[in-house]
Amino acid sequence: MRAAIVVFPGSNRDGDVERALVRAGATVERVWHAEPELPAGVDLAVLPGGFSYGDYLRCGAIAGRAPAMEAVRRHAARGGLVLGICNGFQILCESGLLPGVLMRNANLRFLCHRQFLRVERTDTPFTAAYRRGQAIDVCIAHGEGNYFADPDTLARLEGEGRIAFRYCDATGALAADANVNGSLNAIAGVLSENARVLGMMPHPENLVDDLVGGTDGLGLFESLARAA
Amino acid sequence: MTDAQTPPITPALVAEHGLAPDEYARFVALIGREPTLTELGIVSAMWNEHCSYKSSRKHLRGLPTSAPWVIQGPGENAGVIDIGDGLACVFKMESHNHPSFIEPYQGAATGVGGILRDVFTMGARPIAALNALRFGSPDHPKTRHLVSGVVAGIGGYGNSFGVPTVAGSVGFHTAYDGNILVNAMAVGLARTDGIFTAKATGVGNPIVYLGSKTGRDGIHGATMASASFDDSAEEKRPTVQVGDPFAEKLLLEACLELMATGAVVAIQDMGAAGLTSSAVEMGAKGDLGIELDLDAVPCREEGMTAYEMMLSESQERMLMVLEPGKREMAEAIFRKWGLDFAVIGKTTDTLRFVVKHQGRIEADLPIKELGDEAPVYDRPWTPSPERPVIDPAEVSAPIPDDEALLALVGSPDLCSKRWVWEQYDHLIGSSTVQPPGGDAAIVRVLEGPKGLALTTDVTPRYCEADPVEGGKQAVAEAYRNICAVGGLPLAITDNLNFGNPQRPHYMGQLVGCIRGLGEACAALDFPVVSGNVSLYNETNERGILPTPTIGGVGVLEDCAVHATIPFRREGDAVVLLGRTQGWLGASLWLALLCGREEGAPPPVDLAAERRAGELVRTLIAESVLDTVHDLSDGGLAVALAECCIGRGIGARIDVLPEGAAGPLPSHAALFGEDQGRYLLAVPADRLDTLLARARAAGVAATRLGETGGDALILPGSRAISVVSLKDAHESWLPAYMAGEPA
Repeated sequence: MRAAIVVFPGSNRDGDVERALVRAGATVERVWHAEPELPAGVDLAVLPGGFSYGDYLRCGAIAGRAPAMEAVRRHAARGGLVLGICNGFQILCESGLLPGVLMRNANLRFLCHRQFLRVERTDTPFTAAYRRGQAIDVCIAHGEGNYFADPDTLARLEGEGRIAFRYCDATGALAADANVNGSLNAIAGVLSENARVLGMMPHPENLVDDLVGGTDGLGLFESLARAA
Repeated sequence: MTDAQTPPITPALVAEHGLAPDEYARFVALIGREPTLTELGIVSAMWNEHCSYKSSRKHLRGLPTSAPWVIQGPGENAGVIDIGDGLACVFKMESHNHPSFIEPYQGAATGVGGILRDVFTMGARPIAALNALRFGSPDHPKTRHLVSGVVAGIGGYGNSFGVPTVAGSVGFHTAYDGNILVNAMAVGLARTDGIFTAKATGVGNPIVYLGSKTGRDGIHGATMASASFDDSAEEKRPTVQVGDPFAEKLLLEACLELMATGAVVAIQDMGAAGLTSSAVEMGAKGDLGIELDLDAVPCREEGMTAYEMMLSESQERMLMVLEPGKREMAEAIFRKWGLDFAVIGKTTDTLRFVVKHQGRIEADLPIKELGDEAPVYDRPWTPSPERPVIDPAEVSAPIPDDEALLALVGSPDLCSKRWVWEQYDHLIGSSTVQPPGGDAAIVRVLEGPKGLALTTDVTPRYCEADPVEGGKQAVAEAYRNICAVGGLPLAITDNLNFGNPQRPHYMGQLVGCIRGLGEACAALDFPVVSGNVSLYNETNERGILPTPTIGGVGVLEDCAVHATIPFRREGDAVVLLGRTQGWLGASLWLALLCGREEGAPPPVDLAAERRAGELVRTLIAESVLDTVHDLSDGGLAVALAECCIGRGIGARIDVLPEGAAGPLPSHAALFGEDQGRYLLAVPADRLDTLLARARAAGVAATRLGETGGDALILPGSRAISVVSLKDAHESWLPAYMAGEPA
């Protein structure tokens, strides 16, 4: 698999996602935000975590309009794979590639901790290595991950099975206090209509190593490597 | 050089600049004339306590600062040690106390920004941040607001910049009601052949200004940080800078990219006293003059005067001396990152610091005397009165041990600080092997197997009780925490927070603590490689507890082989390492449960500390030990509780440690704070090995009991369920921050 990581000024988990992709067997290239094209032949475009352009406006608002995002939109329109993590999810929402918005966490604080996610679908290029209903142990690190969409959009997303992950407890149950940031329907990750674009707030890329907390995040990157 | 536009230099104006009359007289004699206003501003910035260390320098000279692995000791932006494989660890801790009290979010944020900049100025990429925070009494009306703002500020800067904040400490005491402490530490990684310093070389080389534009913020910040507070501290708000972590992230990437090209001769960040301090230090260290033309300085606002530009503490700025002929390449790198780049001066051979603005010479001063020849004082000091040793047999327990333990683990000082560190991104970088909550954090170096063990420590109530022993203990505890995870302690950074040095009592605390630090550093081969002094932490003439915060760095050859706190298995033998006397003087138990902040603190036996540390470290490396916890505040009982809480495995304790003269009262055995001790848990089949190795090393080892069950059972006490311990431990801080009464 060939992956291109789009690096914005202020991206800071670009190195982490690169390590995870390489561990899953991918070849990784970096694309500077000002570049108008992705490298030819790229299978996957990745929008990494961070604070693009400082995120002093709405998170991801400026990045969503960067030249490289035009290229990402064309890539998605061709059916290319796109993965946005954390700030990357915010950018995907701001750029119109995914519906909804990420608001400030319900408790108004930045939160960084280990977090279980329930895998809602396994028939996607991002989740095939997991079991349906599996609770995977990854982590979150965000101040604005509270997913919101209007009732019609939410009904459509649920109806079309476009929720990839939900916040859950260790048993996979959707307990109220497991929904740490107050997201509607405990939504942690959203897919595009064709399930080729995934945006998610949690960080699977930080859990790819037994020494550093576990390997539950690796499945996502292995799924992608198999799909491409 | 006088000018009709500038106000006359009156004694009142001199005093406003924080200069004593004799210091001003010394300055006038030095330059042979009355200074301009800009010159007065420059000298006030250079000769204040924060920049000149004028009260502490004499005493700091006695600290051990060298070892075969020390590449750069104190005096540069950060200390540097060799960690093998061609790699260097670059680190320093610095205070941002005064600004954080006035404006907690920005004060703390820019404290983090400043220390990160110190580290990457040396050519290192920051890989970890730590901090040590002290707040006033929880029932003081400002405390909640300050905790909330400081924690958000530290997170806000570090999270956006993209460095994991991996460890820290948080404490409360009424002595900090008017002067909180925010000590931030940064740790970076560089190649040993890629270290950069502030020492300028070569005459006629361009001096380049990089980073953000200069505004009117933070003017006189360093002077403010060198004064005491009164009730009008809030009025100093305009002296606090505003942080921009995004600009800092860009500055980091641009600086490292430029350094890799070989174009950088010298580099200095604009921290305290901004352009003044950075330019003077570059010249003074390199025995060169510096000439600046302020017309070229990128400004955020129009009409800024030379005085304002020279004293602004706008953040995220750097000064560099470039190799001749590398300007275009350097400029292209900075433009790519969207940062300002301007040649604002040159090095000269005059040893003068010359500042020009709009065709006028605003300052022309001898550079060495401004920098490394600033005044040094031998301030009068008095030793702290000696406190009596408290005999444990004469202290009766006000409540049963089980209730005392629940009270201690749920107390403001010992409760879980999860509410704090969950606001810090401690997982970015995918290298945090031991996250916050361990004795020391462990951060993997690159792709491993090497790792760094990192900790911040100090016990201010010991320093108050006996500055020398307290100073020793701060270093010993950092040493112990690094050994407890399996690290080899290599070096420290010290952040000395004290009251007004012009009061002999507080000066005596500073002198005593430095002496204690020095003795411990020498005995433990644990030199000081960087540091910061923060004095005048007092309000209305009342000083803080003496707080010499120690940031310790150690190395693990294979970070996969380390120890952690929680009991891992049922049926492990629980073993106490080190000698117990039941030392209740200056203990947390005595303060919290008896309301007595009294008595001499526990003495530190540095030779025993070293023996125990080396034993623990070796046994971890040999995989004999994987469960280790340092004993500190709250003694044995609190350490046991913390080992139980981690994974919900209890323990039955059959034997309590005895003193040299026989059995101790149970509360003294359980809550005494004797130093140099570790709590261990080993499978039964390794117990004999452990005991034999301890005997051979001359370290006392006592089997206390066995892990298992869902409760901690202490001799003669009711069983305490691990769930209740955990609830007590985890609940206080979130409840307090949600507004419940302290």
